Amino acid sequence: MGSRSSHAARIPDGDSIRRETGFSQASLLRLYHRFRALDRNKKGYLSRMDLQQIGALAVNPLGDRIIDSFFPDGSLQVDFPGFVRVMAHFRPVDDEDAALRDPKEPEPLNSRMNKLHFAFQLYDLDRDGKISRLEMLQVLRLMVGVQVTEEQLESIADRTVQEADEDGDGAVSFLEFAKSLEKMDVERKMSIRILK
Amino acid sequence: MEGAELAGKILSTWLTLVLGLILLPSAFGVSLGISEIYMKILVKILEWATIRIEKGVPKESVLKNSAPVGIIQRDESPMEKGLSGLRGRDFELSDVFYFSKKGLEAIVEDEVTQRFSSEELVSWNLLTRTNVNFHYISLRLTMVWGLGVIVRYCVLLPLRVTLAFIGITLLVMGTTLVGQLPDSSLKNWLSELVHLTCCRICVRALSGTIHYHNKQYRPQRGGICVANHTSPIDVLILTTDGCYAMVGQVHGGLMGIIQRAMVKACPHVWFERSEMKDRHLVTKRLKEHIADRKKLPILIFPEGTCINNTSVMMFKKGSFEIGGTIHPVAIKYNPQFGDAFWNSSKYNMVSYLLRIMTSWAIVCDVWYMPPMTREEGEDAVQFANRVRSAIAVQGGLTELPWDGGLKRAKVKDTFREEQQKNYSKMIVGNGSLNSESD
Repeated sequence: MGSRSSHAARIPDGDSIRRETGFSQASLLRLYHRFRALDRNKKGYLSRMDLQQIGALAVNPLGDRIIDSFFPDGSLQVDFPGFVRVMAHFRPVDDEDAALRDPKEPEPLNSRMNKLHFAFQLYDLDRDGKISRLEMLQVLRLMVGVQVTEEQLESIADRTVQEADEDGDGAVSFLEFAKSLEKMDVERKMSIRILK
Repeated sequence: MEGAELAGKILSTWLTLVLGLILLPSAFGVSLGISEIYMKILVKILEWATIRIEKGVPKESVLKNSAPVGIIQRDESPMEKGLSGLRGRDFELSDVFYFSKKGLEAIVEDEVTQRFSSEELVSWNLLTRTNVNFHYISLRLTMVWGLGVIVRYCVLLPLRVTLAFIGITLLVMGTTLVGQLPDSSLKNWLSELVHLTCCRICVRALSGTIHYHNKQYRPQRGGICVANHTSPIDVLILTTDGCYAMVGQVHGGLMGIIQRAMVKACPHVWFERSEMKDRHLVTKRLKEHIADRKKLPILIFPEGTCINNTSVMMFKKGSFEIGGTIHPVAIKYNPQFGDAFWNSSKYNMVSYLLRIMTSWAIVCDVWYMPPMTREEGEDAVQFANRVRSAIAVQGGLTELPWDGGLKRAKVKDTFREEQQKNYSKMIVGNGSLNSESD
């Protein structure tokens, strides 16, 4: 418990983070407190172990993959801007965002495409832009553990890749992935609303 | 020389006052009502402060401070509902959405990690350390706060340190002296007197106000007393109202001296570090202890670690395998006057004690509960959970199925397997049905 009162000004680069991610002042503050609470040894950044200690995350079948998304390019630390950038993918899409948006600027982090991209990366471990049959199998295996036999899993993986694969290369590219989910309410399913 | 004389006079008056107003009444278990008056004044001041803060702060910020509700909007529907997509119920590419959302939700807020940090207060209690969400309000409030700092550090702290010092010294000396006597009922009576007096002095050293409820259920000899754990002070709070045999590891240093002295006067159960690992040995010794009806009830904290007093975590089943009657006790601290939770990863013992002694007071409620025994066909884990629910309900705490050891260690794989099982049932169990309808 710090003895200082907390202002957004105290968050390093607070303003630029707000602009980049679109979080409100209050939400950013909440996330900053959370970041500091997870950073038990007050290092100023989070390591994999800090995230692995969250019980509810450790029992999540995709827990390790989700933690991986915080450490792109093999890095071992994530600072607060990096933390918020990942969280921003799950910011709910508000109507005001669409109205205010400047078409020349890059898409906000919580756009439909970027949400889909986040999910895509959970599958695509080697970051080659395609989900191969093997990668599909690996994710399936994570989600079912030891409960399902190899044959059943392979048939599920084959079926899924076949249905989504349009150009017949045996793998699911990002565009094919997005197309197969075009009717899905991605904005709602991949959103976490922070109560002010 | 005059200065030294003056200092000597002040010291002696000070000590006489302390002796007369605090030590002697403690020995007889009598209260002079000074702490009650102190508490009344304190409550009035804090109420005034709360009103000033609410006036000075715009409405929206006040709403923000109700942290216990949770900071994200949760969809608590079970996995089936969360995963249902367009088609039947085969595996879909979008199934990852559900797990990733749950995962990110856990990163933003999880029910366990927040239990290992101090409870957030709804309104400020004029202590610097709890001033997280509150900004500068008015000059008067700041002055009162400043006065509070002076009072706490310059008046209360020296007094409390003196009392603590006297209390511990008396305890060590008293128990060693009593230990010299041969075993007899006189020895037991004297050791109880020494224990109780020193505990009362130590509690006054913390300005502790304790309310005991349902004293008729106070743990009896030959039983096991079980309570939720928030801080090392829990022990003090309970021993002020009755004597217990304590269980624990032998420590070095000051704690070790206290432990060795105490065990001379009355049989506590101290284990060497190496013995603690051997569960059978531990169970055997505890069984022997409670089999002897004349021995004091054992005091155990089954959570195994300090939790922040808003919830009760998993009880370790070891204490419930010993048999005998369990006497549950619920302890709930009032965080408004001082935070008793010991965050052992953040503070060591000395800085923790310093924080306690510079708080306003320690106010808590202790509820004794009717004794419970293990029923037929109930195993140790179920019994432990039953006791835990009873304590949680009585103390107004939430129940969490997690292990307090999560503070330090990783979670068990069995929990993850549960989730995987549920998911597998959905995609494989229904797979054969859907392929017919396709």
